[in-house]
Amino acid sequence: MTTAPLLLLEDLEFRWPGQAEACLDIPRLRLETGEQVFLHGASGSGKSTLLNLVAGVLAPMRGRVEVLGRRLGALSSADRDRFRVDHVGLIFQQFNLIPYLSVLDNVLLPCRFSRRRRERAGDARAAAATLLRHLDLAEALWRRPATQLSVGQQQRVAAARALIGRPELLIADEPTSALDAARQEAFLELLRRECAESGAALLFVSHDHRLEQGFPRRLAMAELNRAAAEAA
Amino acid sequence: MTHLLPLALKSAWNRRYSLGLTLLAVALSVTLLLGIERLRQDARDGFAQAVSGTDLVVGARGSALQLLLYAVFRMGEASQNMSWDSARALAAHPAVAWTIPISLGDSHRGYPVLGTTSAYFEHFRHGDRQPLAFAAGRPFAGLFEVVLGAEVARKLGYRAGDRLTLSHGMGGEGLAEHGDKPFSVVGILAPTGTPVDRSLHIGLQALEAIHLDWQGGAPIPGLVIPPELVKKFDLTPKSVTAVLVGLKSRAAVFAMQRHVADYRDEPLMAVLPGVALSQLWELLAVAEQVLRAVSALAVAAGLAGLVAVVLASLDQRRRELAILRANGARPRDIFLLLALEGGAVTLAGALLGLALKSALVLALAPWVQAEFGLVLRLAWPGGEELYALGLVLLAGLLASLLPGWRAYRLSLADGMTPRL
Repeated sequence: MTTAPLLLLEDLEFRWPGQAEACLDIPRLRLETGEQVFLHGASGSGKSTLLNLVAGVLAPMRGRVEVLGRRLGALSSADRDRFRVDHVGLIFQQFNLIPYLSVLDNVLLPCRFSRRRRERAGDARAAAATLLRHLDLAEALWRRPATQLSVGQQQRVAAARALIGRPELLIADEPTSALDAARQEAFLELLRRECAESGAALLFVSHDHRLEQGFPRRLAMAELNRAAAEAA
Repeated sequence: MTHLLPLALKSAWNRRYSLGLTLLAVALSVTLLLGIERLRQDARDGFAQAVSGTDLVVGARGSALQLLLYAVFRMGEASQNMSWDSARALAAHPAVAWTIPISLGDSHRGYPVLGTTSAYFEHFRHGDRQPLAFAAGRPFAGLFEVVLGAEVARKLGYRAGDRLTLSHGMGGEGLAEHGDKPFSVVGILAPTGTPVDRSLHIGLQALEAIHLDWQGGAPIPGLVIPPELVKKFDLTPKSVTAVLVGLKSRAAVFAMQRHVADYRDEPLMAVLPGVALSQLWELLAVAEQVLRAVSALAVAAGLAGLVAVVLASLDQRRRELAILRANGARPRDIFLLLALEGGAVTLAGALLGLALKSALVLALAPWVQAEFGLVLRLAWPGGEELYALGLVLLAGLLASLLPGWRAYRLSLADGMTPRL
């Protein structure tokens, strides 16, 4: 089990229904445990589709997606949902938070649905508090509705939520694009530090090359995805 | 489901204004539904309670329902009277325990005057077989003495010792007065919640006495018999409107009914109050069904509004649902979340409707009793009401499956990235 890669894509092809051309054609991609990877992709390069495939929301036409040695295609859709929340934390571009929940309740959301995350978090509230503190969110904000926070604060809350219960993989899809340059850097630094601390691998997806500094491994959709290469 | 309930509640609270209004609509429709059901049952109970203990109502042959309405509820007009001889023969029958002769026709300021005997105060039963009780005074004994129903005394402000005169005939204004023969109030009955409250009771002889110098509905011109002299005349009544009969054994009721129907000297009939009442309910069944249908439609409109509001909110909530999906909610959780919301609003609406109905009953009961003589009772919802509530809840739950299903489809299609 220890030899299984964190993420393994092989011979992957995905086509949207009704389209003749594949939008994704990836021969191979492998991520190791705790690895931090920057994935460059312009819009329309198929990166959102790739993330949905890795998260098990979409199923490939061909090939395999393996996370922690489990082949997602072999799981039922309900099991894939459970597997995803058990092992993957997600951060999106913006509007990550449930508006009617407090900051703290937003962070605790995965623990509500996943017993594994709940158990790995230990005392979930204490774990949430620790993460929020590490991500520079003052305690005065925790009880506020998520919508009262600035965009930068909201993204940090989303990061705390993705990290709670220590999932093995964190996927961040353009999490900084709504932030200004100075804050982008600070956020990225916090995110990478927290991932390293919790042992989570980080798959950071962005169109912005400036953000790739500091990532030990950098990939580009254009090289990864044969379909995109052909289209280009 | 328990992990979804707090989420559903918080989400619903976030949209409390639109949901609150639809909840109110559901609640009002449920109030209407339950209120109509309550009215219907209380009206039935009220009618049934007005004749408890009376086995048969006997009168001139005609419409059973008309006789009952007239003799017991003092509604409408008597078409024909029965002779006093027949009434006496009936009272003497071995199967008969007691009889209460009743004569109607006069009124006092809109309230009916009932000529009867002291048997009325002894044998008449109302409600749960309760005898009549006096709030003040005593039964009539002398000739020009009157006993008032509770409402008559309260509305018109009479007390024992007051004097009043009767009008000839039933109805409103412009009636001829029996002004020369005033009555004194000797007793006031305790409230019963039946037509007794709206009646004035005098002796049959008194009724005879005030009509000595009358003929065909008007005073005989030139003939005036002053009250002091009436005792010189024979005051035995010639006829009565009806006779309420109590039997020694209820088992004899059908035999007695046949006996009355076969009575030789004049055409009579004996009516079982319960049977005549069920005829009345059959007559009113159509109106009841219409009322029920209207209230059911109101509930349907309320629930349709609820579904519309929840569905309309879905488009604004696609991102919320996507975030939930990304954090582990399965499509069936999303389905439950939406169905739960609709179901919870329906449940809250039904409960609020029940509370509103109870509040209305409490608030309006005195007025309804005073205006319509109908006693509204505050009671735990009984069989029919629980059935109606159950149907509303079921309909609400079923209706809520629709937004649940739509959300389910949306969350399957959207995944974690809503296409807006």
